Amino acid sequence: MAVVIIDGRELILPEGRRLNGIEAARLVGIEIPHYCWHPGLSVVGSCRMCLVEVGMRDAKTGRITMQPKLVPACNTPAVDGTVFVTTSEKVRQARARVEEGLLLRHPIDCPICDKAGECLLQDYHFLHGQPQRRADLRPYTSRRRDIGDVTLFVDRCIMCSRCVRFTREISGSSELMVVGRGAQEEIDVFPGRPLHNNLSGNVVDLCPVGALADKDFLYRQRVWFMRCHRAICTRCAVGCSIWIDENQDRIYRLRPRPNPFVNKWWICNEGRYGYHYVHDRRRLVRPMRREGQSLHELDWGLLPDELCQRLRTAAPLAAVISPFVSVEEAYLLCKLIRSLDAQAVLACGPIPLVGQDQNFPGGFVVLAEKCPNRRGVEAVLAHFAGKVVSFDELLQQLADGLARGVWVAGGYPMPWIDHQQAQRFAGLELLIVQDLFPSPLSDLASYILPAAAFAEREGSYVNRNDWLQTSAWAIRPPSGVRPEGQLYWQMLGMPGLFNPRSVLDDIARQIMFFSAATCEIPETGLDLRVNLLAEGQADKERSHDV
Amino acid sequence: MTVYIAAIPARRRERCLLRASGEGIARRFRSAALSGLPTMPYQNVLLANVGKPNSHTLAAYLASGGYSTLRKVLKEKSPQEVVEIVRASNLRGRGGAGFPTGLKWSFLPDKHPGPIYFCVNADESEPGTFVNRVQMEHDPHQVLEGTIISCYATGASRAYIYIRYEYPLCWKRMQAAIDEARAAGYLGRNILGSGFSLEVYLHRGAGAYICGEETGLIESIEGRRAWPRIKPPFPAVEGLFRKPTVVNNVETVACVKHILERGVAWFKSIGTPADPNDPRDPGSYGPKLFGISGHVNRPGCYEAPLGISCRELIERFAGGVWKGRKLKAVVPGGLSTGVITAEEIDTPMDFSGPLRVGCLGLGTGCLIVLDETYSMVDFLYNSCRFFAHESCGQCTPCREGTHWALQMLRRIKAGRGRIKDLDLLLEIGDTIGILPGTTICGLADGAAWPIKTAIRKFRQEFEDYIKHTNVAGWMETQPVPALEQSAVAH
Repeated sequence: MAVVIIDGRELILPEGRRLNGIEAARLVGIEIPHYCWHPGLSVVGSCRMCLVEVGMRDAKTGRITMQPKLVPACNTPAVDGTVFVTTSEKVRQARARVEEGLLLRHPIDCPICDKAGECLLQDYHFLHGQPQRRADLRPYTSRRRDIGDVTLFVDRCIMCSRCVRFTREISGSSELMVVGRGAQEEIDVFPGRPLHNNLSGNVVDLCPVGALADKDFLYRQRVWFMRCHRAICTRCAVGCSIWIDENQDRIYRLRPRPNPFVNKWWICNEGRYGYHYVHDRRRLVRPMRREGQSLHELDWGLLPDELCQRLRTAAPLAAVISPFVSVEEAYLLCKLIRSLDAQAVLACGPIPLVGQDQNFPGGFVVLAEKCPNRRGVEAVLAHFAGKVVSFDELLQQLADGLARGVWVAGGYPMPWIDHQQAQRFAGLELLIVQDLFPSPLSDLASYILPAAAFAEREGSYVNRNDWLQTSAWAIRPPSGVRPEGQLYWQMLGMPGLFNPRSVLDDIARQIMFFSAATCEIPETGLDLRVNLLAEGQADKERSHDV
Repeated sequence: MTVYIAAIPARRRERCLLRASGEGIARRFRSAALSGLPTMPYQNVLLANVGKPNSHTLAAYLASGGYSTLRKVLKEKSPQEVVEIVRASNLRGRGGAGFPTGLKWSFLPDKHPGPIYFCVNADESEPGTFVNRVQMEHDPHQVLEGTIISCYATGASRAYIYIRYEYPLCWKRMQAAIDEARAAGYLGRNILGSGFSLEVYLHRGAGAYICGEETGLIESIEGRRAWPRIKPPFPAVEGLFRKPTVVNNVETVACVKHILERGVAWFKSIGTPADPNDPRDPGSYGPKLFGISGHVNRPGCYEAPLGISCRELIERFAGGVWKGRKLKAVVPGGLSTGVITAEEIDTPMDFSGPLRVGCLGLGTGCLIVLDETYSMVDFLYNSCRFFAHESCGQCTPCREGTHWALQMLRRIKAGRGRIKDLDLLLEIGDTIGILPGTTICGLADGAAWPIKTAIRKFRQEFEDYIKHTNVAGWMETQPVPALEQSAVAH
């Protein structure tokens, strides 16, 4: 146990907890301003914004001796007896001078800067800066330079070197560097070696000012108009925690949401820029029934009953549940199909595999398995059917004529079925296809139902490490689209609105694999293996992962 | 040697070095006798070989008894004994900060599996400083012998000598010395049959002042940008290639050799004893090389005991201020230490003397003498230009502070100065640096001390200059509009 004193408040840290001054102060609600320090990167202590007074309390006499110098809190470990003073006049003046220094040559082009509103330089200036400018240096112009995946506003930079350290320590690609010296210093890349790697988008989040800007987001939205929603990335089996920033049902950007158990502070570019399909014009947006050669638009109000009726007459049934569907939706659909035909075949949709797993030196992984919920869907299928029927096995069974009515719950953001595979579904009495985009399969369907995209639905996903995370909806689906869960809910005859929490409670009670999910699901998710392992083992493994 | 002070014309810079010849040494003492000052009986030790024919060769070094100390130490003393001897001698680092060398060595972890690295700092970039150059050009084997003994004491198996880019002859002669020493068995595996092995590598810098900073030098050897590292961890725990490392100055390792050769008693008989009232003062013992440049009759590199007065150095060694002019100011130990006025030149040149007259410290012990015709505004402008150019740009206060100070001095020189600029300059000087804790390394202190001392000690001159150039008191009470970059030449 270690006792740390921060501005007169005692903080008790458990043995073995290694924190620096900034982290320790945060625990007692004191914010020590900092630019260059980031929990995921090495400590350089160069911005000097986190300067505090540090002392030591003698364990025996209780006397406190303070160091005469100011010390950066980021490089001061909070060990037993450490005293931090963050509010003294000396500290206040040091912060004001650092702010003044950083603004000497800053272009102060906040009105056209993307970062305005979430910029540390702005925030700290209001909190710690001086009201009057004493310098008479001519501000530099705001030069913009294309350095690859992101764009650099050279003069806005405050040289915290976070981005440089990120490319060296986390992505391992080392494209970014510092050129020049002193006041002429700039961030740059080597000629002909632009910033280009699958994690490059993170440097924009890391940048405490508006120097590094996202080309995808540049000048598209002011940050104060956007709302942030907690969500889960669905572009690979890691299931990174993300923020969805939207305004009026339009997504403008995705950002990593720190989660020590899954993605730490980062996300990959595939996930970050992989949301554009949500607003794609080619999306299916209304339910339709095929009558001969033509398609008829349907009314959602009558649809549940009509579908139930058709399904009852089309037995034997089969269902294909894609790994993009949430646990709750998969559970409801299985329950629905099994209630109509107790022997129905339940199959998992094709698992999209692209390339190889990418491992980065900083420990970040981008998986080749490009779907969020294979483990969850398989667990649900195994519960209902005893074993998981793969998509290939299902195709074989269709060829053998074992089903007459098939429900395909797709929701794939990418093309997932080719013409040849789709032909296996030809000649069925009933084919219901629920998907985001038209496909060779939807051309054959008797009913085409639009699916909701990841940001429009709520539910839980289980990643490849059996880590369960829940996600709420961030935007409303396009007019005419209803999330799958709502449709299943109605078809099962349940009253009111789809309630994923109550469904998950059901699942946790019924399915051993999900038994840990009976409790409140934390924002960082929950380890489903916790009940399967000896007590303490899971914690140990988890801390090892971190 | 890059002497950034514009006061020293190029041809005089060259002459500074020629003064280290034997003929010069003889003349020096003759002139000292003529000047009527008491002549101190002192025999050169560090410069003993300088001026002899072919003094840089192994043959000449052996003829003057070279490498006998190494032979004796390897045979008779254990590394712990060597560390103890150096510790007992109170030898303080000659590179500028004056940290006790024995204490620095004792910070190395005990029984470390290795490797331990030893770096010799020959990146002598401090403006006005050129003593290591004389040592390496004229007596490289002395430096090498000191390095080998120091490595033996610290248990280092690899040593790097970091030579600045601007010293090509040092590079050549040190490399030749290493090759000769290796061929003669003073380097390599199992040196002189003692079982101790050492490899010495030369590393040539690329011309940055910051590479002379301890951790900047380490980063530079590792092949990275010389951004000083934040401490802790200190290099003794985690330095070069993340292994325990000692960084010592060229002159320091040369002193180690002489301490082992002549004993602690000899070393302590020279210099200023420790202040009995201050238990933390390790005293200033031993010989020291003083480089004198600027407006003097005989600039050059001279050896004298620590504690010699600044006046004696200028008047007896350097032959007084040139052209019969009066002395105005002296930079006591490299530009970083600030300036002292003509009234203060009786200051003893030891580790605490310049401190008492408001300077940073002894520094490198290299004086820059300014005569009465030289403008302190020009002095400070040059000083600020140097440090703004050499700031590595890592820490905000140093990067922005040195730049801002330079811009202000540029404006003052352009005739748009204000009295309140002086106060702003003083504030910058007082708040940047490792002493107030606002930067990682000491470069900002080096930038701050000339600003502080020049403005505090010569404030009247600055004010006169501003009043003279800005007669109407232009913008004295209002914020000054932005200065066009093109208005003043860079």
